[in-house]
Amino acid sequence: MAVGDMAPDRGVRGAARVSPLYDPKIRGIVFQVLLAIGVVAFFWWAIDNARENLERANIASGFDFLWSRAGFAISQSLIDYTPDDSYLRSFFVGLINTLLVGVIGVFLASIIGFIVGIARLSRNWLVAGIAGVYVETLRNIPVLLQLLFWYKAVLAVLPGPRQAVELPLGSNLSNRGLLLPWPDVEPGFGATVVALGVAIVAAIGISIWARRRLYATGQTFPAFWTGLGLIVFLPLLVFLASGSPLQLMYPELKGFNFVGGLHIQPEFVALLLGLSLYTATFIAEIVRAGILAVAKGQSEAAFALGMRQGPTLRLVIIPQAMRVIIPPLTNQYLNLIKNSSLAVAVGYPDLVSVFAGTVLNQTGQAVEAITITMLVYLAISVATSLFMNWFNRRVALVER
Amino acid sequence: MKQLMIPVIAGAMFSFAAGAASATTLEDVKAKGFLQCGVNTGLIGFAAPDDAGEWTGFDVDFCKAIAAAIFNDATKVKYTPLTAKDRFTALQSGEIDLLSRNTTWTMSRDTALGLAFGVVTYYDGQGFMVRKDAGITSALELSGAAVCVQTGTTTELNLADYFSRNNMELNPVVFEKVEEANAAYDANRCDAYTTDASGLYSTRLTLAAPDDHIILPEIISKEPLGPVVRQGDEEWFNIMKWVGFALLNAEELGVTQANVDEMMSSENQSVQRLLGKDGTFGEDIGLTTAWAADVLKAVGNYGEIFERNIGADSPLQIARGLNALWTKGGIQYAPPIR
Repeated sequence: MAVGDMAPDRGVRGAARVSPLYDPKIRGIVFQVLLAIGVVAFFWWAIDNARENLERANIASGFDFLWSRAGFAISQSLIDYTPDDSYLRSFFVGLINTLLVGVIGVFLASIIGFIVGIARLSRNWLVAGIAGVYVETLRNIPVLLQLLFWYKAVLAVLPGPRQAVELPLGSNLSNRGLLLPWPDVEPGFGATVVALGVAIVAAIGISIWARRRLYATGQTFPAFWTGLGLIVFLPLLVFLASGSPLQLMYPELKGFNFVGGLHIQPEFVALLLGLSLYTATFIAEIVRAGILAVAKGQSEAAFALGMRQGPTLRLVIIPQAMRVIIPPLTNQYLNLIKNSSLAVAVGYPDLVSVFAGTVLNQTGQAVEAITITMLVYLAISVATSLFMNWFNRRVALVER
Repeated sequence: MKQLMIPVIAGAMFSFAAGAASATTLEDVKAKGFLQCGVNTGLIGFAAPDDAGEWTGFDVDFCKAIAAAIFNDATKVKYTPLTAKDRFTALQSGEIDLLSRNTTWTMSRDTALGLAFGVVTYYDGQGFMVRKDAGITSALELSGAAVCVQTGTTTELNLADYFSRNNMELNPVVFEKVEEANAAYDANRCDAYTTDASGLYSTRLTLAAPDDHIILPEIISKEPLGPVVRQGDEEWFNIMKWVGFALLNAEELGVTQANVDEMMSSENQSVQRLLGKDGTFGEDIGLTTAWAADVLKAVGNYGEIFERNIGADSPLQIARGLNALWTKGGIQYAPPIR
């Protein structure tokens, strides 16, 4: 650039006679085509080379193995699965387990992250100090070590199933996990579900109506409490009227382990805790940065207009902080989801453990299994990014 | 304004050689001067680093035997510790030359995975270990039990088969590394630990209180363990097989680490053929005349390897059982060298 600025401007005078070799447009096209050919040639070569090597080594290839009998058991599954099911089904079991820990982890990390981020800005020295120590220690220790720590800590502290700690409502805690009573649905429960749906739709309707009225007349209406009341009491009324068609199943110690109820395994808890607490440290810093990015004059202006502390935070500070927070937040969500592939270290049957682990080993089809696994993570990450980008556009500052 | 840009053709030299090197495994090993051997990450008696950091064990001695047969130097081995999950990929990709990692010979591994088994170094079977205070005496009482198991093993499949065959409920807890599975069992996360019976004896030694655990009598599977090579290299496959057979034949003929030199002058033709005094058996598999003698000087015969690492002279105290020679009530039987 500097050279171009100082040199006599030959470009304008010589524009008509420029050689195609130096025409930026033609050069751009040529290089793009060359690059495209290069990329295609590279992948073609890589795939062909892999195929040739597999053939020479007599290793079976193709995706037919997906329909064969899996033959191995999986400890945690949200869908029905037995060793008689296919590898494809075991793939879905692993995928759902990954999504489960990813979704719950993202929520938990966000909640902890927001609380800690705000706590770090607290004027209370103790609160800010604790939050600071938490962030500075946990984000500087590798997440794999944290997972192992939580797993060992969980297992070391909790007693065996026979000495399980009794908790209220028939639930109990042991090193086999947390067992909770779980409702068993009886016929007639459908009416309650319908009532819940109706209540939610009505609550949304009321909030829209209240907003319109606010803009039209300036009168406020307690739409939130009305909606909440509807969502809680309408289904409850229908539930009681239809004769309480739910039965709680309590966990019982039978033989070696507990039967019935909801079983939350220690592997899942260790993974969830480790991932959430680790990612939350980064989210806390992002939240702190986002809030500090809102100029002090904004809250002063809001106070000057007579707004109280709560509405100022809700309507002025947070919306402006969010547009700074959301783009880096997406990265943290993606990190958490990808880090969940460390699950195998603590024995949690996620996609990598089940599919890129056991299935790969049983079938020996490393190329296929790893390709599928990579594509799945890519798809999850892209979907998360797209959603966050959409959300970001919604909260972004609209500038003229 | 015109930017001065020098067209630089960046990279993209697509002159990759198609496929791997065409040399045989033996040539490769000789050229690099050592054998790359895949072993367990840590199974006492079979493959584990000792106090001095040297790899020792039953499987490790097989690596040493192959190195001795090629180089007449049992130290020319480099070890790659592998998890059960990664072991076949490491062999298929050429990262290791030989896998000697208590690996079960099964049909799918021998065919679809592109691997070649040829000799059984240890006849094993899968068993269960439980705590004494659980008060059970048979694997059939394990219904509902949480069982710690290592991923990528035949063990994982046998376990599921055994439980469903006997209509028992199974809660497997699956780990990638044997150390993690052991630790979880030791922390009472599982009621039972399952692996090959030999592995159970080895694992029990590493637990906090070995005497609090018993190994149940049921053996639920056949686990013929042995070394593995890639398919498609007959010469290398023969070396693996015949080093294994030589170890067994030596025990049968009474040739030991201590008496190899004496036995050189033996009148017995079988001994003469084994030790290279008669015939060109070593040359026929691409090695030297004294290949078997070199192996025996380095690691001793099969019986010596067994007793030293896992048998009577070791903390594991595993009886020979099925692994005794066929002449002594076992099923270890090697084809003759002739």
